[in-house]
Amino acid sequence: MSVQSAVTQDRSPALQPARKGGVRINDVVKTYGAEDTGVLAVDHCTFEVQPGEITVVVGPSGCGKTTLLNAIAGFHSITSGSIYLDDEMLCGPGKLKAQPGPDRIVVFQNGALFPWKTNIENVTFGPMMQGAMTRAEAYDRARAMMADAGLRGIERNYPGETSSGVRRRVEIVRALMNNPKILLLDEPYRALDSLTKSVMHEALLEIFYKNRVSVFFITHDLEEAIFLGHRVVIMTTRPCRPKKILDIDIPHPRDYSVLTTKRFREFMEETVAAVHEEAIKAFAAGEKER
Amino acid sequence: MTETSPVSALRTDVPPAIAVQARPGISLTLTKHRLALWLRSPRPYLMLVGFAGFLGFWYLSVEVWKLPRFSQMSGPTEVLREWFSEDPTYGLSIFTPEYYMHIWVSIRRIAIAFFLATAIGVPLGLFLGWSERFKQFVFPVFEFLRPVPPLAWVPLAIVMFKGSETPVIFLTFLASFYATALNTMLGVESIDVSYVRAANCLGATRWQVFRHVIVPGAMPFIFTGLQISVGVAWFSLVAGEMVSGQYGLGYVINTSYTMVRYPTIIIGMATLGLVGYVTSAAVRLVGDYLMQWRTRELALGGGQ
Repeated sequence: MSVQSAVTQDRSPALQPARKGGVRINDVVKTYGAEDTGVLAVDHCTFEVQPGEITVVVGPSGCGKTTLLNAIAGFHSITSGSIYLDDEMLCGPGKLKAQPGPDRIVVFQNGALFPWKTNIENVTFGPMMQGAMTRAEAYDRARAMMADAGLRGIERNYPGETSSGVRRRVEIVRALMNNPKILLLDEPYRALDSLTKSVMHEALLEIFYKNRVSVFFITHDLEEAIFLGHRVVIMTTRPCRPKKILDIDIPHPRDYSVLTTKRFREFMEETVAAVHEEAIKAFAAGEKER
Repeated sequence: MTETSPVSALRTDVPPAIAVQARPGISLTLTKHRLALWLRSPRPYLMLVGFAGFLGFWYLSVEVWKLPRFSQMSGPTEVLREWFSEDPTYGLSIFTPEYYMHIWVSIRRIAIAFFLATAIGVPLGLFLGWSERFKQFVFPVFEFLRPVPPLAWVPLAIVMFKGSETPVIFLTFLASFYATALNTMLGVESIDVSYVRAANCLGATRWQVFRHVIVPGAMPFIFTGLQISVGVAWFSLVAGEMVSGQYGLGYVINTSYTMVRYPTIIIGMATLGLVGYVTSAAVRLVGDYLMQWRTRELALGGGQ
């Protein structure tokens, strides 16, 4: 469908915001186990991901952010509420589990490039499986997109032969090959060292400016959140619910000089207390469980 | 030093040609490269020292010190002389066609049994790991039969199968089959759920996930299973050949015992060891060839 048109579509780096890829999370509740005795992971959660924007969800580890991502991706069901992608209901009353599909692609915390396929076989996997492109078309497009993302020359290597930073970029390109409406990134840079991480942030923004896809980004790193996000949603610790939603008005395109600006520090100051408070609560809760 | 040097050699000596430009289908380059590294490391010489120590102990205990319980045993000189004799005292050496007949018959049995065990064991293991429902039906029966050793199957095998050949092959098949099926199942279960989810996100159907994620993902475990499988095939083959059959290395060992041809027993055992080693190495080579991604990750010193 949209993948088909993507082949012919001009991939000019124009900054026109995408009209697609908005996600509405509507009063979502998720309980693990039985409704009355189970663990409440997500508690009446409502917020929106604007189309063509980066929305970053920040919260302590184990607060239920990933549960929310899994519900959007269609890996888990929700208990009640509904989630919409543009005007299409992904899950809601009568259909509690969404169907995973190439319009919402997840980039996983530990990376999920198939180690038994070469980088280019990974990148072409989506269109090939869907039958959306011929092999030649898929390979041409993959080569172009990889070159675009600074990944020339590693097409025929296996992911295990490249650095973890490169693997993350390949994985994002693999997602973009499908022209997704939204990318779901689950702490994708958690395992990287801080230097690689900063390079990856700029690379992600560059890819974002070129492709203008909506991004749902999960992290527990506040600096990362403010640097990348148009909007930052700070979550309470389990059960998770938005505690504070900020629109980050630092203009895009951004680069690393933003980190030292006054506005950036103001945002940090405004949010750091809130995040810290939740972290302490999460810590205390963890102590109690023991 | 001796422990670290092969590892560091692996890290630094990978030629850029392999690291960057290797393509599927040239795994021999890697095998050759590994062989060269191996020859440069101290390992082959340590291996020779190990064998020399083993043979030396045998020689001293039997031929020089003549230890009490070793008096009946043949020493290495006697065995070697018999093994390489053009006119062997007990009728079996590398110059008698019978020797090769025994090897050939054993290898043929192994090949048939191993092929059957792989052809049935791998698909069964894949489905056991892939479908929870299927596992619930089949696995309890599997676990019930698995502890029964091949030797315990001998009487039934002779009753169930005609002739002398099929019972032996059946016995050889059994242990191999369990090892292959079980390892394949564990292989499927070991696959990180993220890979399956990623494939689902990218629009793969259930069958495509099976073909592109489950099968290759389980491959390392499958080949571990096949290596165990070919090893245990030799175990049970010899057990089977001792009970029934007119040829084969197990048969050689057993009849030489009843006919008091002690050097021939050892010739049979040593040949078993050699041929068994070669079959395991062959399985590993095929595995390397089919899993280039893994071989290269390992050659680079562990990718992840």
